[in-house]
Amino acid sequence: MYSIVSTAIIQGIHAIPICVEADVSNGMPTFEMVGFLASEVKEARERVRTALRNSGFLLPPKRITVNFTPADIRKSGSGFDLPIAVAVLCAMGSLAEAPLDKFFITGEVGLNGKVQPVRGVLPMIADAKERGIRHCIVPKKNKKEAELVTDMQVYGVESIRDVICILSGELWQEREETYNIEEIAEAVRMPDFSDIHGQQLVKRACEVAVSGRHNLLMVGSPGAGKTMMAMRIPSILPPLLDEEQMELSKIYSVSGLFSEREQLMKVRPFRAPHHTITAQGLSGGGVVPKPGEISLAHKGVLFLDELPEFQNQTLEILRQPMEEKCVRLVRTHGSYEYPAEFMLVAAMNPCKCGYYPNMQKCRCSQASIERYINRVSRPLLDRIDICVEAPQIAFRDLNALGVEETSAQIRERVIAAQQIQEKRYQGEKFSYNSQIPAERIREYCGLDKKQEQYMGDIYEKLELTARSYHKILKVARTLADMEQSAKITMRHLNEAVCYRSLDKKFWERP
Amino acid sequence: MNYSYWFANIAGIGNRTKNKLILAAGSAEELYFLPESQLKRIPDVEEEAVDRLMQARKSETQPVYETLCEEGIAFLTLEDEAYPEKLRQIPDAPYALYVKGRLPDENHKSVAIVGARMCSEYGRAVARQLARRLASHGICVVSGMARGIDAAGHTGALEADGITCAVLGCGVDICYPKSNAQLYQNILQKGCILSEYPPGTPPQPMLFPQRNRIISGLSDVVVVVEARARSGSLITADQALEQGRDVYAVPGRMYDSLSSGCNGLIRQGAGIISNIEDFVKELEVSGINEYRQENFENLLLEKGESLVYSCVDLRPRNIEELLQKTKLPMPVLAQILAQLQHKGFIAETFKNYYIRQS
Repeated sequence: MYSIVSTAIIQGIHAIPICVEADVSNGMPTFEMVGFLASEVKEARERVRTALRNSGFLLPPKRITVNFTPADIRKSGSGFDLPIAVAVLCAMGSLAEAPLDKFFITGEVGLNGKVQPVRGVLPMIADAKERGIRHCIVPKKNKKEAELVTDMQVYGVESIRDVICILSGELWQEREETYNIEEIAEAVRMPDFSDIHGQQLVKRACEVAVSGRHNLLMVGSPGAGKTMMAMRIPSILPPLLDEEQMELSKIYSVSGLFSEREQLMKVRPFRAPHHTITAQGLSGGGVVPKPGEISLAHKGVLFLDELPEFQNQTLEILRQPMEEKCVRLVRTHGSYEYPAEFMLVAAMNPCKCGYYPNMQKCRCSQASIERYINRVSRPLLDRIDICVEAPQIAFRDLNALGVEETSAQIRERVIAAQQIQEKRYQGEKFSYNSQIPAERIREYCGLDKKQEQYMGDIYEKLELTARSYHKILKVARTLADMEQSAKITMRHLNEAVCYRSLDKKFWERP
Repeated sequence: MNYSYWFANIAGIGNRTKNKLILAAGSAEELYFLPESQLKRIPDVEEEAVDRLMQARKSETQPVYETLCEEGIAFLTLEDEAYPEKLRQIPDAPYALYVKGRLPDENHKSVAIVGARMCSEYGRAVARQLARRLASHGICVVSGMARGIDAAGHTGALEADGITCAVLGCGVDICYPKSNAQLYQNILQKGCILSEYPPGTPPQPMLFPQRNRIISGLSDVVVVVEARARSGSLITADQALEQGRDVYAVPGRMYDSLSSGCNGLIRQGAGIISNIEDFVKELEVSGINEYRQENFENLLLEKGESLVYSCVDLRPRNIEELLQKTKLPMPVLAQILAQLQHKGFIAETFKNYYIRQS
């Protein structure tokens, strides 16, 4: 007898539909599986055989053939166990009446017949829905994730027995799990900018950076609160749109990070990889590629603490995704694309000991200071528009009584500034000030005669380059937008000059 | 053959021994022709030194004296009239000096300004102001052209159109550190650069403490502006005392590690510079006193500007501190800082750090 089951594999963050066919016929007793299989799929044969036996089904001494279509895509992942088991049971006649064409099935099985969770359930179910399937059987632990797709009947199963109950139309009662709503709410609570006293300059810089989607670098002594500040940046980014939430959730689903969260990604991610991270860890990779940190930071913040400690080769990886907002990995069996649109926030000490330019405390030699600063990749610095100094907080600020602005208040202003940009860049290929291409700077960041002359002086005095000059103009544009001003004024220019990028000149003292 | 040059370039004989040999023989030329037996009879000179001398006589490989002149480098020895008189008096005066530029007039006083390489902005500013004041009185400022205090001292003297003299620990044709290339050129315009090492000698750590005795030897007074507890500047101060020079130190706060060396000197009895004017008076120099106390506060500043200016001093202030002190919003403060910089009242010494401009 012949049977067919719908399932899927993950490529990038998309699901590719796969059909598992099974045929049980007379002949030499074998269990054959064909269809371009990776080794973990080939191993499914043994798992399924044993799991079925332990669930009370003996495979008949017949010729069992399982085929995976389409045959030209390499099948990998552990989610095929359950579809194979169901297809074989059906072909054996144990589930002859099952309406398999209405179901989408995925899941890994253990030898005892228990169903284990798999990665990438969310994109699979979303794809199944598009194909018109309305019922799906997934591992119990992936149920919450699958339920995020609306109009879908989701069965969260714990064992092969459950699956048979469902498919044979018997009355099946799913075991309910209790959730502590408060606990979930607590997990979602984000750190808020009102927690930070003092550091007005850095706070302001964060707001400016977010408003124009500029990348940000904080330079400061240890303990100045750079990490604290960075962690709070997602809280002033505008809320995620529905489709953004879905896209982000898919990335987390594919990475297998979902079961801990069990709800749609409503908050923007904050990823802070340690500086020992490899290039693959950052960009994504592996024989079977998984999203890297830059994709996990999609629509959120990628925070690189101790920037000079990162391997330069690792950081070079960031350049292409920062331009293209996605990362493309090519492997033997296909190319994978992961979205990676993130705001880069970096932090570093001014020198090895961290106290420069406070010469009373800094004990570094000039050579060691220069070596330290030169370790930061130039091309990466070129992509960072805003740079601020974060000095150590004085004790009286720590205990300040004043009420600080909340993230919600700052976020409102950010949204207003971004709306202006959206309107202005309608029909353009870019949508934020930070993305204005060099040839359009004059058009969008025009200065009058007097301002141009003034900036000419600054250009000479600060030994700017064309690139760093453009960055100042873009930041000035953002500052003008924050004040709802149509023209860039002197004030905006002067403030933007304060945020200009790392000046090497100050590290090389006479 | 230039016998002085031959003698100066004998390796392995110390300056004290060289001086003794010259004293005994009269001149380098006579030394060249003196028989070995007589050489051995010179008191307090070790046999090893004599051996080296004899060897040097045989060796033909002599650096070429003529190229020195082509490069505009003067070669001076203790035997020359032009050799600085103050330096000649110190016990281990270098036998030879290589001089680029013009040696300062011996009749004028000279003051050495030395201190830490990694100095604070405060130290930098003090060194510069001090040098400027001294130079305006015609005093020659001597220092080592290192980073930090040394460079600030030279710069200050040059700003006042004064004379300054840099003593290097490498050959005079080598600019070390390279970042002082501009300063090197400027010093040559107004003063001189000298060294006891032949041109082409690369900078080596062990040569630098040696040259400190020349800095103090060339000066009447040595001023230490900023020095940590175990600083090379303290070596200069010690040598100055041995040479009978006066030592002054600029005091600092007791917890400032960069001033602990200076404060220690004061505790040991060094002169204290609590006021530049008083110090200049103590030096008893007569000269044109055209110093004008510039009081910026009296100049017209806008209200916001004077508020910000009052919060800035010689210790660099970060924008963050200024935001808190002035309670001004960032856009306004940035504007005022730019104006003050434009008018020359303040300077940005490090990104987002400002000090008073003097």
